[in-house]
Amino acid sequence: MKKIFAIGNVVLLEMYRRKDFYVLFIVTALITAVMGSVTFFNNAQIVRYLKAISLFLIWASSLFIAIGATARQIPAERESRTIFPLMAKPVSRAQMLVGKFLGCWLACGLALVIFYVFFGCIVAAREHQWPLANYFQAWSLHWAMLGIVVAMTLFGSLVLTAVSSNLTITFIATVAILLVGRYLHKVALSMTEPSAAIFTGLYYVIPHLELFDVRDLIVQDWPPVPWGIWLIAIAYAAVYTGLLLLLSWLVFRKKVLR
Amino acid sequence: MKTTRPFVLLLLLLGVLCSGLAAKIDCWFVRWPGNHEASFDPLDVMLGGGQKLFATFFYREADVYYHSGYYPTIFDNRGAFETAHMAEDTGAIASHNRGEEGGFMGPPLDFIDRFNRHFIPNRHSHLDEGGPTDDLSKSGEVREILPWLKISSELDPEDIQTYIVTAYWLRTRMGQVAEGERVLREGLRYNPNNPQLLYELGRVYYENYHNLPRARNIWEAAVRSWYAGMAGKPDSEKFSFDNKFLLEQLQTHLALLEEDAGNFSAAITHLEQAKTVSPSPAELQKQIEELKEKLAAQTNAPAATTR
Repeated sequence: MKKIFAIGNVVLLEMYRRKDFYVLFIVTALITAVMGSVTFFNNAQIVRYLKAISLFLIWASSLFIAIGATARQIPAERESRTIFPLMAKPVSRAQMLVGKFLGCWLACGLALVIFYVFFGCIVAAREHQWPLANYFQAWSLHWAMLGIVVAMTLFGSLVLTAVSSNLTITFIATVAILLVGRYLHKVALSMTEPSAAIFTGLYYVIPHLELFDVRDLIVQDWPPVPWGIWLIAIAYAAVYTGLLLLLSWLVFRKKVLR
Repeated sequence: MKTTRPFVLLLLLLGVLCSGLAAKIDCWFVRWPGNHEASFDPLDVMLGGGQKLFATFFYREADVYYHSGYYPTIFDNRGAFETAHMAEDTGAIASHNRGEEGGFMGPPLDFIDRFNRHFIPNRHSHLDEGGPTDDLSKSGEVREILPWLKISSELDPEDIQTYIVTAYWLRTRMGQVAEGERVLREGLRYNPNNPQLLYELGRVYYENYHNLPRARNIWEAAVRSWYAGMAGKPDSEKFSFDNKFLLEQLQTHLALLEEDAGNFSAAITHLEQAKTVSPSPAELQKQIEELKEKLAAQTNAPAATTR
């Protein structure tokens, strides 16, 4: 466990030194501030459009940070040949994989905390309220979803040769699941075989990332999700993350490192 | 040592050639019919005709906010959302909706679908009725639709519904009557004499300012504009559902106004005209009968007092 945390800590430090987060945070803050300065029909209480824009930027930034940072982890170690001294520590491949995952995931969690605190402050300035339960659920579900994305990207970095192809494919897959994952079964019902079976199969196999997107509930002031349901969603994310990490390990275990 | 003079001269020559070419192309570009820069509107320059598509998107987005996010996607049954509910509720726009508005999702298809519905808005509600909390004290939150409507009207100034919806909610729930009137006048600037906009403007004068003569003038102008717009058009278009709805609204509101002013015979005339385009003429006939009784009482009353 110590070794895993040590690797995770190195990843965390590396992410801390990178400029990605700072740039994305400044861009998010700037756009939100500019949009917040606009007043419609002299009514300063209008806030939901601002919440929607800000949350969209937070989601986009978090995906860039998670996929961008994770995709480079193992290829960078291989390119710079630092993977060999790391393996000679001795650190098992499973420990390295989990360490990398943990580092990236924790970094995403920290970035999300800053983003959500900023979001809460902006909204409180206009709405004068702190729906903390809703924010906690949004943050935790978002973070759990990023766990799946990070694990998926790690898996991609072992299967795909180039970082760029991993970045592109994982990003497209993530966005596609977020946009249409929910409707695959419905679409399959209006199809003929074998497309219907393929779509239905895909629907049951893919990790339903859209489950974790509660932006609409936050923007439109819906009450929080029941805590039991929230817990099941977190467990669902944990299962998929575990499965993807297991798959990654199975690939990484047999991989010849040159 | 190599001299730099030829290079400088060549650079100058290229500079002169570029400027000349740019000036020549600019002259042609200014005269070119497809030049959107003529309007000096950056949106027009960037999006061109695509602005209308974006305008429709933002108009729909306003209705999504009106439903607090509970809204059908392209994968759902949209029959009950053909006409935006925020527009339908103004009473100025005919509804084309059919089917159950609360059940577009249908029963859950599987356990993932059932579970998924906990994480999205899953109940039909309108913001002016308190939204998801059903708390009527929060009905003012209908203001949240306004930014999208504003953007939509900026993108497509010829879309009448956007002005009507914006003005209606501004004057009824925000208490910003003057702002609502300004929106309608802006709409009329882009769409002169539009009967729908005139009808809504008449409502501002009738319902908010209680200025009956001004409201009458505006509504009568709207009726004239309606007939002028329909001149030469085939009956199928003239008496389309939307057009008949507007004429009926205008005539019934004029009748209401005349009744308020004590002009019962004029009110009856307007109701008779409304009856010709109404889907429920029997209802109007009942109102006509009532007005006739009031008219009879009015004509008899002075006679009784003189006696």
